[in-house]
Amino acid sequence: MNVLGKPRRRVDGRSKVTGQTRFADDIVLPRMVHARLLRSSHAHARIKEIDVEKARKHPGVHLVLTGKDFPVTFGILPVTQDEYALAPEHVRYVGDPIAAVIAKDEQTATEALDLIEVKYEVLKTIATPEEALQNPEPRIHAYSELGNIHRLQAFQFGDVEETFKKSDLIFEDLFFYEGNTHLPIEQHAAVAQVDGEGKLTLWSSTQVPHYVHRSLARVLQKPASHIRVIACPNGGGFGGKCDVCNHEMVVAKAAVMLGRPVKICLNREEVFYLHRGRHPVLMKFRTGVTKDGKLTGMHLQTLVDGGGYGSYGVASTFYTGALQTVTYELPRYKFDAARVFTNKPPCGPKRGHGTPQPRFGQEVQLDKIAERLKMDPAELRLKNLVKANSLTANWLKVGSIGLEECIKQVVERSQWKKRFRKMGPGKGLGLACGSYLCGAGLPIYWNRMPQSGVQLLLDRSGQVTVFCGATEIGQGSDDVLAAIVAEVLGIDPFEIRCITGDTGMTPVDLGSYSSRVTVMMGNAAIQAAEKLKAMIAEAASEQLQVAPDKIVFSNGKVSFDNRVLTFAEAVVMAEEKFGTLGSVGSYRPPRAPGRFKGAGVGPSPAYSYTACVVEVDVDKTTGWITVPKIWIAHDIGRTINPVLARGQVEGSVYMGLSEALMEEQVFRRLPPKLSSALVHKIPSLLEYKSLTSLDMPEVDTVLVEQEEGMRDPNCPFGAKEAGQGPLLPVMPAVANAIFDAVGVRIDELPITPDKVLKALELKASGKDARVGPTVFPSVPYPDPVVVLPPWEGGDGNAVEGSERPKVKVRSA
Amino acid sequence: MLPPEKPFSPPCLFWRRVAKTICLGSKLMRQAQLQMTVNGEPAEISFSAYKTLLEVLREDLSLTGTKHGCELGECGACAVLIDGVPQLSCLVLALECQGRSVETVEGMAAGPELHPLQAAFADLGAAQCGYCTPGILLTAKALLEKEKSPSRERIREAISGNLCRCTGYQQIYEAIEEAARRMNERPR
Repeated sequence: MNVLGKPRRRVDGRSKVTGQTRFADDIVLPRMVHARLLRSSHAHARIKEIDVEKARKHPGVHLVLTGKDFPVTFGILPVTQDEYALAPEHVRYVGDPIAAVIAKDEQTATEALDLIEVKYEVLKTIATPEEALQNPEPRIHAYSELGNIHRLQAFQFGDVEETFKKSDLIFEDLFFYEGNTHLPIEQHAAVAQVDGEGKLTLWSSTQVPHYVHRSLARVLQKPASHIRVIACPNGGGFGGKCDVCNHEMVVAKAAVMLGRPVKICLNREEVFYLHRGRHPVLMKFRTGVTKDGKLTGMHLQTLVDGGGYGSYGVASTFYTGALQTVTYELPRYKFDAARVFTNKPPCGPKRGHGTPQPRFGQEVQLDKIAERLKMDPAELRLKNLVKANSLTANWLKVGSIGLEECIKQVVERSQWKKRFRKMGPGKGLGLACGSYLCGAGLPIYWNRMPQSGVQLLLDRSGQVTVFCGATEIGQGSDDVLAAIVAEVLGIDPFEIRCITGDTGMTPVDLGSYSSRVTVMMGNAAIQAAEKLKAMIAEAASEQLQVAPDKIVFSNGKVSFDNRVLTFAEAVVMAEEKFGTLGSVGSYRPPRAPGRFKGAGVGPSPAYSYTACVVEVDVDKTTGWITVPKIWIAHDIGRTINPVLARGQVEGSVYMGLSEALMEEQVFRRLPPKLSSALVHKIPSLLEYKSLTSLDMPEVDTVLVEQEEGMRDPNCPFGAKEAGQGPLLPVMPAVANAIFDAVGVRIDELPITPDKVLKALELKASGKDARVGPTVFPSVPYPDPVVVLPPWEGGDGNAVEGSERPKVKVRSA
Repeated sequence: MLPPEKPFSPPCLFWRRVAKTICLGSKLMRQAQLQMTVNGEPAEISFSAYKTLLEVLREDLSLTGTKHGCELGECGACAVLIDGVPQLSCLVLALECQGRSVETVEGMAAGPELHPLQAAFADLGAAQCGYCTPGILLTAKALLEKEKSPSRERIREAISGNLCRCTGYQQIYEAIEEAARRMNERPR
């Protein structure tokens, strides 16, 4: 390998350290005007009247838009097109946009917002999932499945109840994972401009330019061919820029109406309300196990707090149950889920999308099982590992799995065997594992086209330009793209120019979400580069007097033995022979084996695996938790750039630890004299606590690679994802370490000192030393879709008659 | 006086409005003029008197390398050096900067040659999305100007006011240590 696996400066590194990376808010265009949004100050209300006349007349104001200007809805999933750019009559959370002012500058626009008079009819606020279950009315959305229950799902893969009867032990545990938000340091911004030919361009801090493109065409009712969406490099995404946003629609519409560029940049408080972050999830796990520690089956129920709109919610809800089976063998599995609407900012995908919540529950419960069986938690996990190249009970195809090596690495490096349960008072170690997708198997909207496309242009100077719709959000997608093309063509990645994330210039790539870019874009890039390489080799073979397949591409040379051409010389020969040189490559994941409705969420070309050990130090008098060190091993398959891969893993550890200890998106009522509205408790970077450099522990990172011949054939050069999976085991490992340290169970996140103290008090008074949910409300889960596992004679289809007639849902 | 408790009247806008009222009310010229040194070059600047240094840098001087994440002094993304000291440019009124010297990320490289901190950040993965990077680079530069070989603890302390959501900080510490090493080997 010339390029892959070698630590290297990223190809876009220089512009990032010189301040030259152009984020959306850095774009300034001649004659540009500025937009601000008026947002609902009530959590649930009908708009009786909006008077914008005073705002319209305010000096410096160019345009005022309201719901009337946006008759068409949008939404990221085809099944939940439930958002208006500006709400025409029904607002569903504090922060729901209802009007927009476009003025000469931000200050003037902000002043004019205060001049808009809105009369509301305040409706009862649904604040929690319990309230949503109890109050079918007032309905937050008319289309929800039952009252304020947005969506109900139930699947059964084998008769779990029968299995439980035969199991030696059944564990039943409740867990709660509080919601939290992405908190990218860059606030969302967008600039829209109509060009000289009347066509619209939108620059935006988005992870999904292709979906924004489709939605703009729908909302503006303009041909998509007249719209170009450019995803600027994102100043952090983490899923927070995965949705199609109101402000993008507003500036686009305003630019069309005004004929001049319009910019918006949300302030930090607005970013908290835009949200689309981690769903709060209440979970009930029932897991059967034999005396010698083999898992026999699991029944998982989840109750998901969706907030005010659909967003990715239907997919997120599926994901709370999809991946329990890909880590440990579960012969039978049952999963019930419900997502409810509440009058809070909509939840959506955040790093790990719907899977960190049940992963937390599953891994803490395994710790409890190991404790009861007096088994080492690492041994229990090793005993139950899923086998490579196998099918799971819910019909997911697992290819390569490096989890065994990951567990061994963290156990050895943390000196687990010497230290677990032996560290003395207040100190402890905890272990947990996780698994994640390398790209969702299906696109968000149903189609049979590629999910990623790459185009290469070869200049006669030897310059290579690569075009791809993938979006650089900090994870290094441009670097992966350049590295893979460089590896195939035997040139330096810095010789390659990347043009990415531009729907007017680049082939479609669905976007930077679901950890899909390395695998999908990477495979498309290999295909495109191999085609060019074949042409160059054929042209060069005459000069080198050797068969094309004997020619070596390496270090900027095209050679055989001592006969050498520079890459540029060989390109000239190829252009002479074939004319202008270019090629395309594309990728579509293999068809998943599941055939039942709902089988679309969970399949992936490959799964990544992670194991993590966390050390904690708990102060028994204050409940304060200090984390001195974390060991993590991630099954990455093959590392493309170790510098970036390590950064992804450690960034995941950071975010996971921050979620485990402090991050929470929580709400409070304003005092009655101020409207009693349900508002964000802490919509500021200071009060929404996240780890600083002083809190971040040392991290020992191991990238576990597969040997030649063992690499996952679905992955480019065997490379898997690294951006989301390594977050998953961190939270449960913290909880498990706290149990090792002080013998209390905190079954809800975040684990704050007050919860630890409360549990210690319970322990001291001889009660159950546990803090966490105690009641799982009655949820009207439907009869399950029954699918037999592969080993019980199933064929991937639902048992006849068990499927409810339903709209198909695609994954995200 | 405290900002009113009302959603979507963030305190920054409230205070800016107060500043604007005072500026206009006291017959201060709406456009202010002053001289300062920006990245080593003398600059004569004309700007709306209520603007923060961050706004003047980004909007009036087109120095968009300085970023913003909150405009409330919470995230550190807008840190610049004022007379060599790291300051949050969102909390400094530009009017306060008469005669002072301001350094932004655009002033770090010497022509085509990156500052050792910039090179180390690029080489060692200290910049992922790159958004908090300018603020951290300048904070680190001020640290290395005071201390030639700061300990890991000192580095952690120095950048504790700069939030980074991408890296988990490890590679940032390493890049600052590496830059210190390179600077001690080959002083600029």
